[in-house]
Amino acid sequence: MYRILKKEILNESVKKYIVDAPAVAKKAKAGQFVVVRTAEDSERIPLTIADYDREKGTVTIIFQEVGAGTMELGELEEGESILDFAGPLGRASELDGIRSACVIGGGLGCAIALPQARALKAAGARVDMIAGFRCKDLVILEEEMRGASDNFLLCTDDGSRGRKGLVTAALEDLLAAGEKYDVCIAIGPLVMMKFVVLTAKKHGLRTVVSMNPIMVDGTGMCGCCRVTVGGETKFACVDGPDFDGDEVDFDESIRRAKMYAEFEKKAKEAHRCRLKGVIDNA
Amino acid sequence: MPNMSPKKVPMPEQDPNVRNKNFKEVALGYTEKMAVEEAQRCLHCKTMPCVSGCPVNVRIPDFIARIASGDFLGAAETIKETSALPAVCGRVCPQETQCESKCVRGIKGEPVAIGRLERFAADYAMRAQDRTAQAAPDIPKNGHRCAVVGAGPSGLTCAGDLARMGYDVTVFEAFHTAGGVLVYGIPEFRLPKAIVQKEIDSLRALGVRFELNYIVGRTSTVDELFEEGYEAVFIGSGAGLPSFMHIPGENLNGVYSANEFLTRINLMKAYLPGAKTPVMIPKTAVIVGGGNVAMDAARCAKRIGAETVYVLYRRGEEEMPARLEEIHHAKEEGIVFKFLSAPTAIRGDENGSVIAVECVEMELGEPDASGRRRPKPKENSSFLLDADCVIMAIGTSPNPLIRTTTPDLETNRHGCIVADEATGATSKEGVFAGGDAVTGAATVILAMGAGKAAAKAMDEYIKSRSGS
Repeated sequence: MYRILKKEILNESVKKYIVDAPAVAKKAKAGQFVVVRTAEDSERIPLTIADYDREKGTVTIIFQEVGAGTMELGELEEGESILDFAGPLGRASELDGIRSACVIGGGLGCAIALPQARALKAAGARVDMIAGFRCKDLVILEEEMRGASDNFLLCTDDGSRGRKGLVTAALEDLLAAGEKYDVCIAIGPLVMMKFVVLTAKKHGLRTVVSMNPIMVDGTGMCGCCRVTVGGETKFACVDGPDFDGDEVDFDESIRRAKMYAEFEKKAKEAHRCRLKGVIDNA
Repeated sequence: MPNMSPKKVPMPEQDPNVRNKNFKEVALGYTEKMAVEEAQRCLHCKTMPCVSGCPVNVRIPDFIARIASGDFLGAAETIKETSALPAVCGRVCPQETQCESKCVRGIKGEPVAIGRLERFAADYAMRAQDRTAQAAPDIPKNGHRCAVVGAGPSGLTCAGDLARMGYDVTVFEAFHTAGGVLVYGIPEFRLPKAIVQKEIDSLRALGVRFELNYIVGRTSTVDELFEEGYEAVFIGSGAGLPSFMHIPGENLNGVYSANEFLTRINLMKAYLPGAKTPVMIPKTAVIVGGGNVAMDAARCAKRIGAETVYVLYRRGEEEMPARLEEIHHAKEEGIVFKFLSAPTAIRGDENGSVIAVECVEMELGEPDASGRRRPKPKENSSFLLDADCVIMAIGTSPNPLIRTTTPDLETNRHGCIVADEATGATSKEGVFAGGDAVTGAATVILAMGAGKAAAKAMDEYIKSRSGS
């Protein structure tokens, strides 16, 4: 059992847990993930490590309640425990030697982009950061991202906060104005990463993306997380989750992410109904 | 006077058309009367050929004699002297190529049903144990610590033997449940998970500790286990990395590795109503492969509701590596076999979901390295199977996490750990290995045998170092 030492609500659907998991904290690095199981009959859910504290033996996860599994996880309270918390899994991000980077986060992806920006900054790199959200109510980690970057651009789709428009437009503007980076790091929805890659490529900039496909075990034994990279099939759990964005077949990954869409929709409804039942009966 | 019936006492089984819709055990087990009757078929040959056919040399005629005399608990005790998991082996061992293949009764008629009798004795003892709730045996501790990586058949066997010798044993398991392939791979209808759980509980009663959610190679490396004070390490991490064919369309939605399909169903219980882990309910499933895993995947697909299930195997029925019993059961349950056939591509619709499998007929040529005749495509023999699900059951190889994080551990070109056959000793001092991590995908009993041999060698190794 892994106790939730601190629970924070970042926006209506995004939660942050600081979890007591010393074995994971001891080895965790930026870019790696854990697989969690909330309770006995729960799904195994892969979640990227947002932060860790080796001294205190804690690991931070930030997750969005998108389906029944993450909603169930989100119902746990501070002091309660997550049943299973396995990791750290995947390869750590390769940040060595990067002197300048444009780090781009989209929505929940900002929670993963932030530790990368911090790690780069700590290593002395120049870091520009672009963060995109649908609207002002969904903005998370704004101050943290501002603090971790030399230049911070906040965008919302509807213009309710920061500049109006997509992160790709902000990137285009920076590159068109002559900004040069060793690498672009993009973490967020698949569609966003696909278009960041295309935008950066036009300017001869390489993009590293962090893939978050459907997984079961996270250790290489199921092959569910297949991603085509440079025409070859890779397992995101052991070969990734970071890949060279120019080589990733995003269209395939977008299709694969929808494999259980129907099931997920029903499970979410069923979960909501159960919750409502609990409230109605209270 | 022995029972001279040429046939085994038949095993009671669920009706095929009932069981292909449920996950309850197929074979129901002998009654006491059936077991005694079958045990009386044993001739008690002085040379005991059956024993030499068993990878762990269970004293077969002795335990059968005890069943014949009605001493069922004694029979189970005899088996347990050499086999750590009798209730498991009685169900999943390929007896027809091991003990039973050497049985003299098999020359004229059917061999003695050794597997069924083993299962009977083990189940009997388990039920008796449930009633009496035995106290943990009092084993004097020797103060030495051993680590076991992987809670599958080889690791569990090794851990049990070491604990019985007095070692302080910790088993590190990557999954949230111990059992390895016994819980994620082999389906409930062949091996009820309650049985595996009881075997694990009995190891806990022996003092074995289980560290679940612990991925050696990630959470700790093998070297770090030594730093933490373990004096010897056994690696029984299995062969968990699934192989794919690298044909077009393999990443379409609806294409699974057998590992994924079986893990969703068995470990994550996706077959139960209201399960939180999804699995596709296929209309038509095509399983590629001819081993036990292919049979398990096919029979699971049928049970979760597939109307039609094909097994595509590139060689003929004779060459199939699956156990005869599994093939027989699969056929009874309505699985359609397409022998001498192989897929060449998978077709999808505009949403990226599988709609058909392009196949080709095969013919057998000269024997290959494995001694089996090499299949090659027949000209102009392509055909199309409409299907919405394809399950690749063409083999697995050892997971790279340990070998890539243990630089001085020698592995071969297949990624298998190189280990001494008799002792499990590897190129790295204090590290022993066995089971599928060494042999590549093989059987539960071979893995158990390797775990057993390694436990003995680890004991000798630690004693020689500590001079006690």
